[in-house]
Amino acid sequence: MASSVEQNSAPLSGLRALDLTGELGWLLGRILADVGVEVHKLDPPGGDPGRKQAPLVEGPAGAVSAAWVAYNMGKSRLDLDLATQEGRSQFLDLAAEAHFVLESEEPGKLDSLGIGWEALHERNPALILVSVTPYGQTGPLSNVAASDLELMSSGGAVWLTGDADRPPVRMTLPQSICWAGSYAAVGAMIAHHHRQLTGQGQHVDMSAQAGMLPALVHAPSFFDLLEENPMRAGGYLVGRNINGAAMRNIWPCEDGYVTWAIYGGAAGRQSNRGMVEWMEEKGMAPDFLREMDWSTFDVATVTLEEVSAMESAIATFLETVTKAEFLRQAEARRMLGYVVSTAADIVSDAQLEAREVWSQDFVSEIGKSLRFPDGWLRIDGVRHGVRPPSNGGKR
Amino acid sequence: MTAGLLERHGPLSGLHIVEFGGYGAGPAVGKALAEHGAEVVRIESTLRLDGFRTNYPPYTGNIPGIERAAMFAITNDNKMSVSLNLKTEKGRALAVRLIERAEVVVENFTPGAMDRLGLGHEAMLAHNPKLVTLSTCNQGRTGPQANRAGFGSHLTSLSGFTELTGWPDRQPALLWGPYIDYIAVAYGVVAVLAGLEQVRRTGAGCHIDLSQYETGVQWMAPALVRYFSNGEIMEREGNRDANAVPHGVFPCAGDQRWCAISVHDDAEWARFAAEVGEPWAKEPELASVAGRRAQEDRLEELIAGWSSAQVRELLVERMRAAGVHVAPVNDMGDLYSDIQLSYRNAFQKVDHPVMGVHAVPGPPFILSETPGKVTSGAPMVGQHNEAVLCGILGLSADELEELGASDVLT
Repeated sequence: MASSVEQNSAPLSGLRALDLTGELGWLLGRILADVGVEVHKLDPPGGDPGRKQAPLVEGPAGAVSAAWVAYNMGKSRLDLDLATQEGRSQFLDLAAEAHFVLESEEPGKLDSLGIGWEALHERNPALILVSVTPYGQTGPLSNVAASDLELMSSGGAVWLTGDADRPPVRMTLPQSICWAGSYAAVGAMIAHHHRQLTGQGQHVDMSAQAGMLPALVHAPSFFDLLEENPMRAGGYLVGRNINGAAMRNIWPCEDGYVTWAIYGGAAGRQSNRGMVEWMEEKGMAPDFLREMDWSTFDVATVTLEEVSAMESAIATFLETVTKAEFLRQAEARRMLGYVVSTAADIVSDAQLEAREVWSQDFVSEIGKSLRFPDGWLRIDGVRHGVRPPSNGGKR
Repeated sequence: MTAGLLERHGPLSGLHIVEFGGYGAGPAVGKALAEHGAEVVRIESTLRLDGFRTNYPPYTGNIPGIERAAMFAITNDNKMSVSLNLKTEKGRALAVRLIERAEVVVENFTPGAMDRLGLGHEAMLAHNPKLVTLSTCNQGRTGPQANRAGFGSHLTSLSGFTELTGWPDRQPALLWGPYIDYIAVAYGVVAVLAGLEQVRRTGAGCHIDLSQYETGVQWMAPALVRYFSNGEIMEREGNRDANAVPHGVFPCAGDQRWCAISVHDDAEWARFAAEVGEPWAKEPELASVAGRRAQEDRLEELIAGWSSAQVRELLVERMRAAGVHVAPVNDMGDLYSDIQLSYRNAFQKVDHPVMGVHAVPGPPFILSETPGKVTSGAPMVGQHNEAVLCGILGLSADELEELGASDVLT
């Protein structure tokens, strides 16, 4: 163990996790790997069925799920058939030497195979078992199946999103598996802290439905305090203005979309002023905008008519600028706004490059190397992650 | 126990945490730790109030007020508040004394602000060599955009989430609130606990520089890997999915009652079709994935026509019994009566001196031996001045009175 600590300076180096999870738990193991845990992904014969989920990435050796690749980077893999007595016995032997077991089977499944919490705890009292399931280990819905759409829906996130004249929507990139995996990692780390004090392991029960609640922030409180139900409003911000004005937050520009809004407060007034000055320089600021007294402007009391006139002029202007130009001007003029990034924008972002977030690894399933985001953990200037940075390797 | 200090139990009850900052990303890290027993002392001041106290509805009784804001209340439960004016020397000295006895400091001021107060991480480490400090800000403390200001909703767009939300023939839709802040919160808690492990191993404190943007990019990884692989730019697709068809949100009887239905293979379609029982559900063309995909627009209209006459709760119950993926699209009120969230006590009630009894979301996970708990409502500004300054730091009643009369306690 001492030598692996030397090889890997990440905080949890030397600890080992056995990862049995499907997609609900992929990110959990990835985050533990990010902080230094040696994560062994144990797959059934034929491999993790999640490998086949579209969308796929392809290479000379075949095709594999993009999410599977992204969220399982940094894990080593081992085939293990838990359907056989031999496989289960091998698993228990591995668990005796492990610090975490991560799983996302239907509640009761591991127990029925004789490798559930009780068996694991008896074999290794310090072991932490982390279970990530749609609705949790017990309760009326614990054995109900759910995919991302059902979890985003029962967890309240779908209700809040989309255009008012169409059904509510989920995000096209599945999010419930990320919320579940990330907050399960929080539970695992708290249980680890407890183990360091007491020597005792425990069972972490993560519900993916409950894992959506952090994403709702204060939306449920509108009902709790006022019996109001906030509604989806497309690209508009609501609930900031006494006249019921919805403030536009997403604007088409020449090559995509940017995000910006008319705000109040000191920073907001500077931001509004910056936009109008920029419009004026380009000869596109109507008189009423140039004559606005931003020092007395109050976003909470502005009328619907005023908002509509302002937004209409700004929209016409923003259609003439590019995303890159908007980013530069927003920075120079202290405007509160960013671009609505696509994947292409993110991978060429100078800040991410400077922070060395990209790593590269060979993916044997497709037979080629892929870049991927890594290295969110920076301690004392040292960037940790599952692989060294790919931009120059200056670690 | 000293009067006024919070009673604490849990796996983190040995931790003392000092928190500087406001809004979501920093304080919600403290919340998760406090719900598992950590002592969290917020340093705040009426001179520069947390934006979560002042900027966002809802407020109790719909009356704005710094002790009435839900946004603050649900992000700061189980904590204590000390109102120190950090612009004064005495205020900073008292903050340092709290830092000296802490294991963790969490801050989310803009980069450089703590340094200007003489409370940068190196200065704090000099006071307490075993301290873990977490700085969480928009884009990290280094790099060309380190000092860029911005709201969480904007950063959510910069990280790619907004582009992937909404209908392909419309502009993107916003996600609710500062979505990305709460992504960074999970990574922030993991980072703090990893930092504590490093201190246990090395005996030396450390500083963690967490960029919210980078945590969002972690989640965005599947879209980025696709781009790196073949230049493909992922696009929003409404509620459709590459694996399941149908896969959508459908209206039920009543106003704004919706359900989610997804069918992942032909056997599931057969179960769904049998429950629906309409003539169209028996069409042989729809029995295969390819057939359903070819007619997805029509299929969605047919399902919506059928579902809009159904009582949602009955539809959900029937389809679940039949083994079909289904769920109610819970609105905010539905969440409080959801049988599974209620079973897990996902929202916990606290009684607040100003807000009265209100709901706070607790941890989304349950630890079998040491479950987290919402034990007290968010503190009022300076509510724990006496408990902390006298009870913990040992100031006398006279000293406290003197500070209160000066500009130190504000």
